[in-house]
Amino acid sequence: MRTPAGAEQPRANPDFRLTVEQASYVYAPNPSQAPLFTLEALSFQAKPGEIVAILGPNASGKSTLLKLISGALAPLSGRVFLNGFPTHSLAPKVRAQRIALVQQESPLLFPSRVWEFVLQGRHAYSRGLGFESAEDVTIAANALAQVGAGHLTDRWMDKISGGEKQRVILARALAQQPLMLLLDEPTLHLDIGAQVDLLESLRKLAAQNRYTVVVVTHELNLAGEYADQVVLLQKGKCLRVGTPANVYRRDLLEQVFQAPLSVEITTSGRPRVTLFSDK
Amino acid sequence: MRPLTLGRLLLRCGILAVILFVVVVIALKLGAVQVSLYGLGRDLIRVLLGHSSSISTDYGMIVVDIRLPRILLAIVVGASLSVAGASFQALLRNPLADPYVLGVSSGAAVGSILALLIENQLNLSPAFGGLFTPFGASLGAGAAIAAVYFLGRRDGRIDSSTLLLSGIIASSFLSAIVMFLMSTLSGGNLRGYSYWLMGSFSTLPPKSLLYLLGIGFLAAAAVIYTTASDLNLLLAGEKEAMHLGVDVGRVQLVVYIAASILTGLAVSVSGAIGYVGLLIPHAMRLIYGSDHRMLLPASALGGAIALVLADTAARTVVAPSEIQVGAVTAVIGAPFFIYLLRRGLT
Repeated sequence: MRTPAGAEQPRANPDFRLTVEQASYVYAPNPSQAPLFTLEALSFQAKPGEIVAILGPNASGKSTLLKLISGALAPLSGRVFLNGFPTHSLAPKVRAQRIALVQQESPLLFPSRVWEFVLQGRHAYSRGLGFESAEDVTIAANALAQVGAGHLTDRWMDKISGGEKQRVILARALAQQPLMLLLDEPTLHLDIGAQVDLLESLRKLAAQNRYTVVVVTHELNLAGEYADQVVLLQKGKCLRVGTPANVYRRDLLEQVFQAPLSVEITTSGRPRVTLFSDK
Repeated sequence: MRPLTLGRLLLRCGILAVILFVVVVIALKLGAVQVSLYGLGRDLIRVLLGHSSSISTDYGMIVVDIRLPRILLAIVVGASLSVAGASFQALLRNPLADPYVLGVSSGAAVGSILALLIENQLNLSPAFGGLFTPFGASLGAGAAIAAVYFLGRRDGRIDSSTLLLSGIIASSFLSAIVMFLMSTLSGGNLRGYSYWLMGSFSTLPPKSLLYLLGIGFLAAAAVIYTTASDLNLLLAGEKEAMHLGVDVGRVQLVVYIAASILTGLAVSVSGAIGYVGLLIPHAMRLIYGSDHRMLLPASALGGAIALVLADTAARTVVAPSEIQVGAVTAVIGAPFFIYLLRRGLT
């Protein structure tokens, strides 16, 4: 019996939007040599409205895992499903309608206005020569308003601050009207106030629009405070998946981050990590 | 928020088309033989009505048989080189990319010459013979840009200065090959090396080739235009474009082939005219912004205007003799290139 294309029997539980199922990846530029990096098979699932943090030190495989989730890479073994469909085999436009990725910003070659930038998020819905409709303009304006950046509409992208730019990039992702939002180190160049602002907006957006949010970060405390689930990676191995309170064990974190630290659980039930210097 | 609409696009292109028309009329009038505006208008209307045989005056013949085809050639070559330049700039994410600077035009020149040599061996009928050259030129252009692209890549990224250096080196290498071929071989239709390296409209190609040039330009430019909104996103980087829904590999391949064909067609009938593909897209970007849905047609019209003007200067400044049109564009283009380079470095 044949099944319709793409309708490969999803073993995924329909309650979950994102299902990572024994997914692994190997970077090997030359098959005869030892691989440069291996991400060992790992699994987790996420529901609509949930925030998942992928946490780990440098070179732990965070970005590789994000690429597998975004569909930019095909897993070597295992699968990554979004609503039951493997993310890697979605057509580019369909994928962009379902998955939005906020990357570390790349430099702009030619200057553009904030509104032009946000309208790029509507490209996945364009037809023909790609002239934007009134609906596209409304959606882009709403996206800017949702991240509190409506006042920036007519500004130039290269003349706004880092925090403002991060909001505009997020607005472009919202204009894609995705099911899942992926963020790669979104707090990297932000001061602490802007970091908290961004994660507060993410929490609000995830609740309002029922996005599944996956954030790659190495900010232990931000992840502990805002994530519903944490995926802890070290050298390509997934050490633990669970709620922050479950994952944030002192011995485990000390081993992963190679630093003495303490973990306390605050009254809100969220873990808080303090680093010591042991001179 | 004021996204580009079809109406605004057509209005702006209309204005450029009017400017082009005015420039063409001026170019028809200027030259070694003076032509009155009245005579010009009367003769043009006759041509448009299909009564070109009824033109009997000497200056009418000059205008219709010599100046008009030359101007049409300048229009198509200018449009082709500008659209190719804008495409290479988006494809390579480099604002300094241009068919001439990257050595693509020299590659097309080598391809043209080799095609002419093969053609001479084959003894084809003249009607088919001419069609061999643009084909060889397009292959040469494609091979040159592929070589420069791979030489300019470092650790999987295109490095701007490495790319330009690769282009300059490819360009001088290929120019040397042109010189070598020209001095060791001889053939009736090979033309001189200064034609291939500087470009000129002084020898008109056969009619069949002119038609092919026009049709080829329209087809290749139309294909590139279908990717205009993808090119906008590609400027932000391949990864970003992919995540915004661009089929990056397909767009790159299509634009690469079409832009190589445009360069090949232009070089096969006029030699390597420099800097048009650099200067015009930049000027249009300053006026209309960097949205390729506007930039590509504006560059086509702007390139046509620029080359008609440059060629008019080339044949009138030192009349009755003439200078090569590529010399005129280089005199204006090279300082502009240096300005862009300096601005980009600071």
